[in-house]
This record gives sequence, structure tokens and C-alpha cells, in this order.
Amino acid sequence: MNNAARVMDTPDERGRFGNFGGRFVPEALVPACLELESAFREAWADEEFVEEFQSVLRQFGGRPTPITPLRRLSKQLGLNIFAKREDLAHTGSHKINNVVGQTLLTKRMGKTRVIAETGAGQHGVATATAAARLGLSCTVFMGEVDTVRQELNVFRMELLGARVVSVTSGSKTLKDAVNEAMREWVTCVSDTHYCLGSVMGPHPFPWMVREFQSVIGNEAARQMRELAVGVPDFVVACVGGGSNAAGIFAGFADSSARLVGVEAAGGAAVRSGSPGVLHGMRSLLLQDEFGQIEEAHSISAGLDYPGIGPEHAHLAEVGRAEYYAIGDEDVIGALKLLSESEGIIPALETAHAIAWIAREAGGLLPKDATVLVNLSGRGDKDVAQVRAMLSPS
Amino acid sequence: MPYLVAGSTDQWVRHVEAAVLGGADAIEIGIPFSDPMMDGPVIQAAAQIALERSTTFESVCGELETLDVDVPLIAMTYYNVFLHHGLERAAGRLRAAGVLGAILPDLAMEESNPWRESAGAVDLATILLVAPSTPADRAHRLAQASEGFTYAAARMAVTGVARDDGDAARVVATIREASDIPVYVGIGVSRPVQAQELSKVSDGVIVGSALVERIIGGSNVADTESFVRSFRDALDE
Repeated sequence: MNNAARVMDTPDERGRFGNFGGRFVPEALVPACLELESAFREAWADEEFVEEFQSVLRQFGGRPTPITPLRRLSKQLGLNIFAKREDLAHTGSHKINNVVGQTLLTKRMGKTRVIAETGAGQHGVATATAAARLGLSCTVFMGEVDTVRQELNVFRMELLGARVVSVTSGSKTLKDAVNEAMREWVTCVSDTHYCLGSVMGPHPFPWMVREFQSVIGNEAARQMRELAVGVPDFVVACVGGGSNAAGIFAGFADSSARLVGVEAAGGAAVRSGSPGVLHGMRSLLLQDEFGQIEEAHSISAGLDYPGIGPEHAHLAEVGRAEYYAIGDEDVIGALKLLSESEGIIPALETAHAIAWIAREAGGLLPKDATVLVNLSGRGDKDVAQVRAMLSPS
Repeated sequence: MPYLVAGSTDQWVRHVEAAVLGGADAIEIGIPFSDPMMDGPVIQAAAQIALERSTTFESVCGELETLDVDVPLIAMTYYNVFLHHGLERAAGRLRAAGVLGAILPDLAMEESNPWRESAGAVDLATILLVAPSTPADRAHRLAQASEGFTYAAARMAVTGVARDDGDAARVVATIREASDIPVYVGIGVSRPVQAQELSKVSDGVIVGSALVERIIGGSNVADTESFVRSFRDALDE
């Protein structure tokens, strides 16, 4: 494939994807971002590093993850649906791909500690896991609200030897966990890597995380060929910051497939946001008329973020990907639908993508369309929350 | 140079005047932002209070216009506040309100051209920070590009209170290699004795969290005046 023609290409030297991206960070962090960019560029061009990354994903991460034809759901909806099973990866979501890459890079840079932000806890658990594997010290920042609704994940991280810091500033959710991780990073940047969990933040994070996650899309494209299905008509993924979507889109961006990102209605940066600068990037953000960032509200902690990765903002602007919103009220139904029809309990985040497919079957999704959905995570972490919602006291 | 968060109390303009009476050479005015990435708990809390009191960029500029002081006013906020307002409009509005310079801690030099053009068009200075982590060649470029003065971060930390001088001497020395622009030291400067020490290597200090903590704790304007005077006296000794 001709590199120059790639839709999801390497960003320019300022880290721009079209009008979005960049590096809007305090001077104290600029040298660390530059160091990281050059370390990643070298590592990603180093066959040995790439081979180690892939081998850890095979031997530890549970890759390749399978593709499951969703036969009963397909019949029910009049579609031809296939699921990329990231829920079967180690730690229960796609997050493991990124953290394996970033922790290997941490070692390569000679750093001994990682910090991370987490919303639902999936990225925090994945980071704690990958850090334990390499003997790196690990601290995870989590909004106080999220530590309550995802308390089992807090305990999981602690079991894995990580320290979890409850963040009480601002809205006490993911956005504030990112703020706090950035503030911590300023104080310890010489020995600590900030293991950012999504395709967001300052350059090179959006690009690097997409590259680590592109294993999803590359694998899926190959598997769809092996299944003799080929290029699907639609590729669908939920989007908070957008890492699972970026990962699967990367395998199909240069194909004829329509790319669909599904946001939570209360955190729909593409549908309801406007351009702005937050967390080191220029992207689409939920903000008020004065440029103050608004709080996102979603049933799922992982989509509770007022922004979106800059490459998604770019893909939306140039029309290569489409973004739609799903309200909280449709999410539990979609979770039950997939559980009962296919024997797969999806994460609440992932259920947004299922809800969109169910809603648009026969609408935007024509009869018998081939749909590849990224099952980004499993629902075990959400079971207590879902039970509470289904049995009103 | 004391730092105050605009709107953190309805008396904030009176506190600015008191700081001038207490001997401030310039005043740094923080315009609150919802996600202050470079600020520690004290200034975060003050910004949150200010936002809850419906403080906006326009309300701050409006109140600054009522202020009659003869020292330079420097605005400090995060880039999104200006970006959302429109860079040219924001620069023009600040200048009309009597502000002479702006500090945008999340606007890295590489991304700063659009803002510098807008600010330059109305003679509003853009003040750049140099951090202890900044390599010497980059520090030289920052010092040469900074206008009015250069802000030397004394330590690798967000704003707050500290007891020592951190890396201030080294950061200032690096800046001096490339430029004779005045250098002010900030981040963690909270006591007159620190200011006195730091004034031996720099042109001045910026005192933020220690003052803001008093103001949001309910101290009156006379307290602010005497607090600033304690620094003035230490510097003049």
C-alpha cells in the first residue's frame, strides 16, 4: 500500500491530524513528550521491539482474539454481524494492547515507574497488570465517583500491586483523573512514564496509542478475509477517548467499509462539542460559551469524557468516519440483548455499539448488511451496577 | 509579583489594590479555568470558587477596567479560555482592560505562534516559562522569545507551597546565558525569606498559592497588604 495515500497516517511533526492534535502542555512536560516521541519512533521502526510487542501479546495478552459470527442476533436484526472479541483479551478489554506497548517502551527508556488515569478501571487494571509483569512501580489516578461505581476494579489494581489514588477535584471522573495524572507527571517525569490510556493527550500519545491498538484492526481484516467475508460494509465501535475505535478503524480506513463511532449521548464530543484545547490536544470538546469544559455524564465510566481523540475529530471533519450518540436508556437493553442472544455480556461501554446496531438495523444499516463490531470489553466489571439498575429498590 | 485568582472573592479587586499598596512591582491575575493542569490544590480550589461565582473572561476584564493602579497587570490563564473567545478579540480585550502581558502555561512554544501574532498586534507581551527539565538550548530559545520577562519555574511541580529554592538558581543562570530579559522565579515561593534568597539570583519572585490560600480562607484586604509588604521588606533589605 502506498504510504502517502493512507487515511490514518503518521501525523505531521507537530502531531497534527488535519486541524486537530498538537502538543499543548506545560513547558515542564515538553522535554518528556519529545523524548517519548523519539523513543517510540525508534522502537516502532525496530523489528526486535515490534517482535517482542507481538510476542507478549500472544503469550500474555491472549492474542489473536477471535472473530465470532453473531448468528442469532444477526437473524433477529436482519443483518450479518461479526464481533471482534477484545473482551477475550487478558484483563477483559482491548486496553491490554496499549499498555503492553507502553510498558515495554517504559523499560526501553530506562524508566522504572508508570502512572495512569482510569475511568471504568479497565485501563487502570491493564496498566497495573503490565507493570506487574515487568516489575514496574504503578500508580493509578481514578475519579472518586468512579472508585465507587467500579470498586472491584480498585481492588483488582491493588491486588496487582498498584497504588490507586482517588481524585476529588472537579467532576471527580475521568477528566479529573487525567488532570491529576498530568500534575503528578510534572513532579516525577525523570523516572516515570505516563501510560495514557486512550488516543488522546499531547503528541505522540494519540498516534502511539493508535499504533499499539491497530493490532485489532489488522488482525480483524485478516480474519474477515479468512472467513471469506472480506471487507464488511460497516465497522462499528464505541468511542470515549476512542482507542478501541481507532484500533479497529486502522485496519479498514483504506477500505470501502463505513466507519462508525458510537458516543455516549452525555459525552458526545463529535455530536455536541466544538473545537478547543484540553489535556494537551486540540480536539472536539464539550464546553460552555466561555470555554470552560463541561462535565460528561454517562452510565459508563469509560465513556464519561468530555472530549475525543484528535484523530477521530479529524476523521469526522473529513467525513471518513461517522459518529452517533446513544443515550443511557438504550444501553442496558443492548447489554441484555447481546447477553441473551449470544451468551456474551458486554461492558457498558461496548453495549453502546450494540445499541446503535440494534437501533439502526433496517435504518442506516440496510437489510443483510455485513457489520463488524468491536466488542471492546466484557461486562463482568459492570454486573453489580447493572443489577442495581435492573432491580429498583 | 503577587498572583491572585480573579473572582475568587467579591473583594478580589480590592485585594489587588492592597497588594499594590503593600509594594508589589506587578500583579499577576489568574483568570479561572475548569481544568487548571499546572495548578495545585489551592489555586484549583480558588478557580472553582471563582467559576461557581460566575466569573468569566469578560467579567474579569470588566472589573479590571475599574482598577486604578500604576503597576503592570499580567493575565494568567489556560489557552482554551482565549481560544474560545477568539485570539484577536481576547488579546484586544485584555489590552483595553489595562493588561500588559499574558502567561499561558499550557501553550507550548511550538503552538504559540497564532496567539503571539494576535497579542503582538496589540502590544500585549507573551511571557514564556522555562522549567528545570528544559534543556539549555531550548531554554535559550524560550528566553529570547519571551517578552517583558521570563518566568523561571523553581521546581518540577505544579503551583503550591514549598520550603526550599528548588532549582531556581540553575534555571535562572541558563536563561541569563541567552538573554538579559528580567527573570522572575515562581512555583512554590511562599515565604519572605525564600524571596530574599531568590532575589540574589533573579529579578523578582512570583507568590501565588500562599496568598491565594489566605484570600480564599477569608483574610481581609489589610492582611493582603501586610502579607505583600512582608515580601517587599525582605526584598528591600
